[in-house]
Amino acid sequence: MSEDARRQERIPVLQMVVVGLIASALGIAAGLSIDWFPERASTQAGPIDHLYDVLIWSSVPVFVLVAIIVLFSVWKFRMRPGEERLDGPPIHGNTRLEVIWTAIPAIVLVALCSYAWVVLTDIEAAQPDEMRINVTGQQFAWTFEYPQADGKPVKSNQLYLAENQPVRFFVKALDVIHDFWVPAFRMKVDAVPGIETKYRVTPNRLGTYPVVCAELCGLGHSVMRSSAHVVTPAAFKAWLAERKAPAGGGGSGGDGKPDGKALFTDGNGTATACGSCHTLADAGTTSTTGPDLDKELAGKDASFIRDSIVKPDDEITPGFQSGIMPKNYGDTLSPDELDALVTYVGKVAGK
Amino acid sequence: MVAKFRGPGMFRAFLFAAYGVALAYLIIFIFRTWYSLDPVLEGNAVLELALFTSPLGFLVGLGAFSYWFYWATGKKTLAEDHSSHGAHSWRDYFRVNTDHKVIGIQYVVTSFFFFFVGGLFAMLMRAELAQPGRQFVDPNTFNGLFSVHASLLIFLFIIPVFAGLANYVLPLMIGAPDMAFPRLNALSFWMLPLAGIMMLLSFAAPGGSFASGWTAYAPLSVTAPEGQVFFTIGVQFAGASSIATALNFLVTIITMRAPGMSFFRMPLLVWANFSTSLLVVIATPFIAVSQFMVLFDRSLGFNFFEAASRGDVLMYQHIFWFYSHPAVYIMMLPGFGIVSEILAVKSRKPIFGYRMMAFSLLAIVVLGFTVWAHHMFVSGMQDWIRIPMMITTAIIAVPTGIKIFSWLATLWRGVLHLDTPMLFALGFLTMFTLGGISGVMLAVIPVTIHVSDTYFIVAHIHYVLFGGSLFTIFAGVYYWFPKMTGRMYDERLGKLHFWMTFIFFNLTFAPMHVIGIQGMPRRVADYADQWASWNLAISIASFILGLSALVFAYNMIASWRGGPRAESNPWRSLTLEWQVTSPPPIFNFDAVPTVVGGPYEYGVPGAVHGVLKGAEVPTPAGATARGSSAGTHATVTDEE
Repeated sequence: MSEDARRQERIPVLQMVVVGLIASALGIAAGLSIDWFPERASTQAGPIDHLYDVLIWSSVPVFVLVAIIVLFSVWKFRMRPGEERLDGPPIHGNTRLEVIWTAIPAIVLVALCSYAWVVLTDIEAAQPDEMRINVTGQQFAWTFEYPQADGKPVKSNQLYLAENQPVRFFVKALDVIHDFWVPAFRMKVDAVPGIETKYRVTPNRLGTYPVVCAELCGLGHSVMRSSAHVVTPAAFKAWLAERKAPAGGGGSGGDGKPDGKALFTDGNGTATACGSCHTLADAGTTSTTGPDLDKELAGKDASFIRDSIVKPDDEITPGFQSGIMPKNYGDTLSPDELDALVTYVGKVAGK
Repeated sequence: MVAKFRGPGMFRAFLFAAYGVALAYLIIFIFRTWYSLDPVLEGNAVLELALFTSPLGFLVGLGAFSYWFYWATGKKTLAEDHSSHGAHSWRDYFRVNTDHKVIGIQYVVTSFFFFFVGGLFAMLMRAELAQPGRQFVDPNTFNGLFSVHASLLIFLFIIPVFAGLANYVLPLMIGAPDMAFPRLNALSFWMLPLAGIMMLLSFAAPGGSFASGWTAYAPLSVTAPEGQVFFTIGVQFAGASSIATALNFLVTIITMRAPGMSFFRMPLLVWANFSTSLLVVIATPFIAVSQFMVLFDRSLGFNFFEAASRGDVLMYQHIFWFYSHPAVYIMMLPGFGIVSEILAVKSRKPIFGYRMMAFSLLAIVVLGFTVWAHHMFVSGMQDWIRIPMMITTAIIAVPTGIKIFSWLATLWRGVLHLDTPMLFALGFLTMFTLGGISGVMLAVIPVTIHVSDTYFIVAHIHYVLFGGSLFTIFAGVYYWFPKMTGRMYDERLGKLHFWMTFIFFNLTFAPMHVIGIQGMPRRVADYADQWASWNLAISIASFILGLSALVFAYNMIASWRGGPRAESNPWRSLTLEWQVTSPPPIFNFDAVPTVVGGPYEYGVPGAVHGVLKGAEVPTPAGATARGSSAGTHATVTDEE
């Protein structure tokens, strides 16, 4: 094509605008229809999800604009045979255009930031009757502490919350940085050694949701998970009352004695289950974060097993590191439960 | 044989590296005896000191310091007769060479070596992540793999490969015979492989390689097994290399421009490296400090980050990100420069809004230092600082937007040559836009509270550093391949490489946005079953993405060995590096060129950028733009 023909060729700007509008509409529709977020289980989730939708609305057209111009340029302005020596028109710039594409993004961005600020103020606002929950992260377990009027807090490795009861988490770390996150609540904060961090949520949907550690904290980071149970206020009261009773409730066998196998696989609602890190054939667990108990505990006596649970760092299996297994099992298991667990593991390990 | 160990070179280098280890033993022995410490030879203490003394011994043995030692001891210094310039066999690349073109190739080849190693680690990670549970590697090794993957690709690939490309072409572009400080240039290069090998050696350390991420957050990095110090100290060498090169670029650009090469006649690649070098000299000392503090905490009992001893855990993150956010621009601005060169030449049009392109680079330099705490929105730092950091983070998208729009306007009504460098440049333009958009999303605090430390971050950083930086690196390597090797690469393989990379890059990283928002944290060896099918799809795509790199490797090696000879100026570019032979003469220009116009005057009848005296090449056939007078790119006036 000759240069003159090139100059006379109509540039299909209208076509581009139409295609761009259609593509933006499709892109926004696709962006909004993707199921991006996990369940919405707190009052904080709504505004955050909505803000994300607004970001989809505003960013899809930006990408479409760039993509459309690139694609149309490739289509319309690509070098055709015979044009090997041709140059484009020497356009050096256009001040008006440059002012526009500096000013409009700046205005849009400031507007987005203002909206984000409003949402932030909203989701972090103090609520009436907040319940305080102390959250402690350590390698590799969470401990949730519910302060009580009698000064003896209730401790648990599972998070229990009452529906529509605003809570404020006070988060601490014992060793390295962790991050306390319940994706269904949308909020998270680092657990930092030496300082207390906090955030608020108001759970508003019954159910059980994952609790994860979001900050790399070492070997067991990926298994530092727990569960958040949002229950009815009545159920929450009952759970709290049960936890206040001296002996732990979960893991009980039919005869009222703790069931060692259930403790091993499910924990007691306070202590993390052994099976989430250890392999034990009888219990059907296969995790390899910690030593294989069928190998390491076969033929060991009860006192060795008890020490391995309560003081895990005293003797370390070759190939594993100290400091990985939580050191709080002496607190989170009741004496009965510990006995049941030691008996169970001693009986089945290596069998 | 003895002579081999006496003169500078690899033999003496390894000998002196061994001396370095011995020196470490000696110093530790003396000090620990002095303080009556038991045991007298403590393994970790020796190791940590040896990680400094042994590489320094290597550099001394190699001859990187020879000139300065002669000078400092009052001996007669070796006159630089430039006889060592140029590389005549592959062995010349293993010597201390002060020729910027040799150093440029040393840089590029070394950094691509680490690119392949780092990419291989990514493949291993994706193999482990293909299914939930544990298959190939234990959690410690997995944490080590992603830590070393990121560290290698950041410190040993993206940052130095840009330095390498610029090392080769920047002096040519400004009409200089070499860099301002050739010996410093050689030293900068030789520190790099040492840093990379050190990071790789960490896998041999007791307790495994460093596994606290490339961010090495304290106190995890302080309490981690000894492999951590291979990162802590390796970064010192990579950082020193980076700072020295940046100083070299700054002095070269400020003092060695050819007559007539005013700042606003410089190609944008030069502007980009000028801006990057400003960032490097200001920011890089901060990461050096952060890692020294970790080292002192670990080995000397300092308590910078030890909360129980009134240390401040968050201080680490502030110092670290004060470097590492600007580092993102250190890894991006040179790519902006490369893309500006390619889009102008391949669209046969002047860069749209040249001055705003230069100013937006400087704006990014300034704003880049005001956004670091956006990495810490959930860190527990004081609440109020988040809002200003959100606004600056959003606003830094404005100068970046100016660049994107100006590139688009450069394409407009051009004559687009859609060869491999151009395809990668266009791929960059679209993919980097996506990375920028998710970047703006991450500025928005309420969204970041949810997605920080998730796969959304992994997706974002790879759209920026892979879809952004790496695409520009590929574009630049293809674009300057004829100049650097004197050969043409295979265009069909280049296009195959582009399409494989482009498609499987998106299939690998786009789904990560979704699983991240759904709640999958990053840096995990294992994940909940609900993400199993997504992860399998990602892993499969990533393996094909890995294969695409082999297409690139084959093309580069085969073309370098036997590609067709390249002309001086196959792209009909105006900038000075294309006005000399491919590869350029040993001293670049027979006489200093004179610059008489802008670098991108495509389509302007009769436009000239530089005037070369007595060049070996004839005037490249100019464009016959706008009909009339034959535009020449460079006028050769041979007065002799």
